[in-house]
Amino acid sequence: MFSRLRGDFPILDVRVGESPLSYLDSGATSQKPQCVIDTFVEYFQQRNAAVHRGAHSLAVEATDAFENGRIAAAGLVGGTPEQVCWTKNATEALNIVALGMDRASHGFGGDDAERFALAPGDSIVVTEMEHHANLVPWQQLAASTGAQLRWLPVTDSGELDLTDLDTIVDESTKVLAFTHVSNVLGTINPVDRLVQRARAIGAYVVLDACQSVPHMPVDFVDLDVDFAAFSAHKALGPTGLGALWGKSELLDALPPVLTGGSMITTVTMEETEFMPAPQRFEAGTQPVAEVAAFATAIGYLTEVGLDNVLEHEKELARVLLDGIGQIPGIHILGEAEDRIGTVAFDVDGVHAHDVGQYLDSQGIAVRVGHHCAQPLHRRFGVTASTRASTYLYNNVEDCTRFLTALAEVRPFFGVA
Amino acid sequence: MSTQMQQLYQQVILDQSRARVGNTELLRDAAGSPHGYSHQVNPTCGDEIELETELREDGTIAVRWTGDGCSISMASASVLSELAAESSVAQMLEIEGAFHELMHSRGTMEADESILGDAAAFTGVSKFPARIKCALLAWMAFKDALNQAQAAREEKHNA
Repeated sequence: MFSRLRGDFPILDVRVGESPLSYLDSGATSQKPQCVIDTFVEYFQQRNAAVHRGAHSLAVEATDAFENGRIAAAGLVGGTPEQVCWTKNATEALNIVALGMDRASHGFGGDDAERFALAPGDSIVVTEMEHHANLVPWQQLAASTGAQLRWLPVTDSGELDLTDLDTIVDESTKVLAFTHVSNVLGTINPVDRLVQRARAIGAYVVLDACQSVPHMPVDFVDLDVDFAAFSAHKALGPTGLGALWGKSELLDALPPVLTGGSMITTVTMEETEFMPAPQRFEAGTQPVAEVAAFATAIGYLTEVGLDNVLEHEKELARVLLDGIGQIPGIHILGEAEDRIGTVAFDVDGVHAHDVGQYLDSQGIAVRVGHHCAQPLHRRFGVTASTRASTYLYNNVEDCTRFLTALAEVRPFFGVA
Repeated sequence: MSTQMQQLYQQVILDQSRARVGNTELLRDAAGSPHGYSHQVNPTCGDEIELETELREDGTIAVRWTGDGCSISMASASVLSELAAESSVAQMLEIEGAFHELMHSRGTMEADESILGDAAAFTGVSKFPARIKCALLAWMAFKDALNQAQAAREEKHNA
C-alpha cells in the first residue's frame, strides 16, 4: 500500500541538483498529497467567501467547508467538533492556554476562570524534552504569576525519567504540560501514567500532540487530557493552521487572549460577552481554505489508517537505527523502544550543519540544529544534532540512500 | 561529489576548521592593551562564538576566540584571526567590508584575493543562503569587539 502512496505526492518527483529527493524532514513539515493541493485550489475557485457572516450562497458553502473541517478534526482526535478551536499553529494553541491562565491569574474571566489562577506557591511541571513551544509559554506564565517551573528529567535512553514523578508533580502542581512524542528523540511518552498522576493531585494536563497526531492513532478523550495542541502542516495539511483541543467545560471558562470580531455575543461601549468555544478563540478572519484542505488531509490519513502509518514508520525507524548503529563515530540521541520514525544523532568531529549540507548534496533532506529543543540537546551534551524523520510516503530506499551518504560524511570531512 | 560541494568546502576551509587559529582562552580584562569583547549566537542552529580583540602597540590586532559551530563558522574565525595578526585596523575594516559584500553576492562576485587573502576561499559559501550567517558569525563578533576596543583606546587616550 505504502509504495503506491508515493505517487500521490508530486513534490517527491522534484530533483535536487542531479539527485532524486529523499525527504526525511517530515518532523519539521510534511509534504502534501495532490488531493490536499486540489482542495486548496478548488476552494478559491469555487467556494471562497467570509464564514459565519453574510447570508449569500457562497458564504454558506464556505462556512460549511470550515465547519466540516472541524468535524473531520474531531473525528481524527476524538471529542466533539466544538472542542476543536482553530489557531494559526500549535505554538499559538499552547500560548492560548498559558496566556489564558495568566489572565485568569490576574483576575480576568470571573468566577469561572478562577480555577486556572496560579500564584506563588503553585507549580507548573514540564519535561526536559519539550519543544520550545511547550516550554517558553510556561516559563512566561511562571514569571508572570510567581509560580515555580519544574521539569521531569530525561534518561540516557531518551525516555522520561519518572523516578521522582510523585515529588516533582505534587500538591502544588496546577499544570502538567508535556509532549506526547519527542520531536527530537522520537520517543512516545506514557501519557496514561502522567495523566494518572495529574488526576491524583488535581493538575490540568496540557499535551503537545504535534508529533503524535500525524503519525499514530490518537484520541484525546481516551487519553483524558484537558488541553492538547497540534498542527495541520505536519499531518499532510497546509501551513498556517493549528488546533487547540480542550474539554468543553474548560475551554468555555478559559479567558480568551485574542479578542475582537467573531468571538462575541454582545458588545456595548463598556464591555463584551464572549462566545463559548470554539468561536471564543477564533477572533478575526479565519484560514478557511487551510481548514478545507486539512479536512481532505484528514480524510487521506484516515483512509490509509494511522495504525498502518505507525507500523510503517516503526519499520523505517528500525532500518534507520540499525543502519546508523553500524556507522562508526555516530551517536544516536535516545534509543527508546516505543517510538516513531524520528532519529536524531551526533556525528563525531563533524558539525550537524556540515552533515546536513553533505546529505543535501545528494538530495537527502534532513533537519540540522537544535530543533527548537535546546535544553534537550544540552542534556545530551551537544548544541546541535542531525535529525532524520519519516512519514508515510518514505520507503526503505530513502533510508538506504540516507545511510549510504551518512557513511561518507566523516571521510569527506577528514575525520575518519 | 558535486562541484558545488567542492566549491563550498574548499581545502582551505576544511584545514582551517581544524586548525582553529586564535581559538584560545579569552583574557578579558587581563588583556594589557585596549580590548573589546563580543558574544554572537546564530539562533537558527545554535552556533556560538565569544571573541575578543586587542589593539597591539604595533598597530595589528590580536584576536582570541572560543566557540562551537560548523566547519564554515570555525574556519571563518580561524582565517579572520590569521588576517588580523598581520593587518592594521584600517586593512581589517577593508577586508571586513569586502567579505560582507562577497557573502551577500549570491555567488555573482569574484573574490578579490589581494584584499581577502584566505578569506577568498569562502566565495562558494555565498551560493548557499543558509550558510552565509555561518561565515559571517565571527566577523560580526569581530566588528562589534573592534568597535569596543577602539572606544576603549579613545577613552584611555582622553583620560
